[in-house]
Amino acid sequence: MTAATYTLTDTRTLLHRNLLHALRYPAMSLSSLLMPLIFLLLFRYAFGNTLGAGIGGPYINYLAPGMLIMTATSSMVSTAVSVCTDMTEGIVDRLRTMSISRFALLAGHVVGNWIQALLAMGVLLGVAVAVGFRPRADALHWLGAIGVAALTAWALTWVAMAMGLSAKAPEGASSLPMPVILLPFLGSGFVPATSMSPGLRQFAEYQPFTPITETLRGLLLGTHIGTDWIQVVGWCVALTVAGYLGSRRLFDRRAEL
Amino acid sequence: MTPPAIKVVGLRKSYGDHTVLDGVSIEISAGTIFALLGPNGAGKTTMVRILSTLSRPDAGQAWIAGRELASEPDAVRAAIGVTGQFAAVDGLLTGFENLALMGRLHHLGKRESRQRATELLEKFDLAEAAGKALATYSGGMRRRLDLAMTLVGKPRIIFLDEPTTGLDPRSRRTMWQIVRDLVEQDSVTIFLTTQYLEEADQLAGRIAVLDQGRLVAEGTPAELKKLVPGGHVSLRFTDAAQLSLAARALGTISRDAEELTLQVPGDGGVRSLYSLLDRLSQANLEPAELTVHTVDLDDVFLALTGRSACLTAASITENGAGR
Repeated sequence: MTAATYTLTDTRTLLHRNLLHALRYPAMSLSSLLMPLIFLLLFRYAFGNTLGAGIGGPYINYLAPGMLIMTATSSMVSTAVSVCTDMTEGIVDRLRTMSISRFALLAGHVVGNWIQALLAMGVLLGVAVAVGFRPRADALHWLGAIGVAALTAWALTWVAMAMGLSAKAPEGASSLPMPVILLPFLGSGFVPATSMSPGLRQFAEYQPFTPITETLRGLLLGTHIGTDWIQVVGWCVALTVAGYLGSRRLFDRRAEL
Repeated sequence: MTPPAIKVVGLRKSYGDHTVLDGVSIEISAGTIFALLGPNGAGKTTMVRILSTLSRPDAGQAWIAGRELASEPDAVRAAIGVTGQFAAVDGLLTGFENLALMGRLHHLGKRESRQRATELLEKFDLAEAAGKALATYSGGMRRRLDLAMTLVGKPRIIFLDEPTTGLDPRSRRTMWQIVRDLVEQDSVTIFLTTQYLEEADQLAGRIAVLDQGRLVAEGTPAELKKLVPGGHVSLRFTDAAQLSLAARALGTISRDAEELTLQVPGDGGVRSLYSLLDRLSQANLEPAELTVHTVDLDDVFLALTGRSACLTAASITENGAGR
């Protein structure tokens, strides 16, 4: 076998380990679903009527795509915490002394947490449909929507990975993604960015979650998405690269602690 | 002559102003047990972390299994196994899953990984606990699993960083037997660090004493024991008059008037004891207490590191309580 296939095999082995952990202690993964679920129901039933009046159409249709993105951001907490916790365990030192590619050591975690984030998004979508969300996407749009959701979750998982590696203790790791979790609020997660006050609107227009949410919403509701998707791909690639490079660096440096 | 399993030249490492290793050189032949002995904070763990590729030295070179550490870390990793001071096991998996994971990471294939896991669980007396979560394992079981995980890849060189610290005497003896078997049956090379002199004496063919980042002595246990003055018999008497009578009769100079004891040099053998007791009975003296003191590595250690026994004992307890 070549080095590349070894890396792939090792990634798969370590992914299996990561998923076993998640299966055995599902509380962490489930907790990241809690916040977007509560927001979904709260905004659907408590504030939705008023907010929806200003937007037009059933508010749940506007809300659900935003909450899907929020599920991806809130999954960052469990990623960061689980990575940080793992780093404090002796097993990681053992893995470092073995002939395993450094990429596989990181990728096992990232792929595992990415799959968990996707599952959480799936559950949220199910609940959203149950409370009245009616996507109008055709097959191609669905494919695009899944692609945007998956790409976003992938990029955010790498960023969360770097956050988890930079924190000394799991408590610290849990608070690092907070600013990112707040970003969908300051974008078009709940209300259109155009409805915000000028300063905030400008911020909303230039932060990644506005084009991401808009594109996902457009794809799910079958409306025009424009060229926002280019920004989405750009942001996701940039975040992935930054997250990966940061993770590599932090992972290597951690050994010296 | 076969090349050494481990060769270290002028290894240095410091963290900020604090020098942990100050130019350490070691050579270890293949198929032997080498013990690095030292008090807490002497730099033993740093040494293991550097030699096992976890940490980079500031200066110096090392070759493990003929491969240069700095330029070929992956080749070194393929030749070594490490069992650290704190059990490097996955606490969320079962014993079997831990071992199977190691097998998969050594690319043994699913079937062979399971087979090897079962074999090792059997060998290390863990078969009954194979499917249980690690939370239910005792300290000794975790250490045995830790070592078993190290052995999955059949490494030629094994680093054992304080493998018995915090274990009860029985688990400690089990661990010792496992280590001896490894060298006898599979002729692996073992680099052991310990703060227990008895452990080094029991296991190692060669011992180096590390103190404040420097090697202060190196040799076989017998050679090291020759470094300090020989054994003695100490006699305690009930009063000062008896003490001086005895001192005159035996011609000893080493006496402690306050404690009313005399120290008579000797190896503590039966023959020399007979002659000592003969002389005492001829002088019509009867000591209140007689103790035979033979040289052990404790004397060597204390003489070399210049620390009192209490200090060493205190740091050991502290270490045990911190777990």
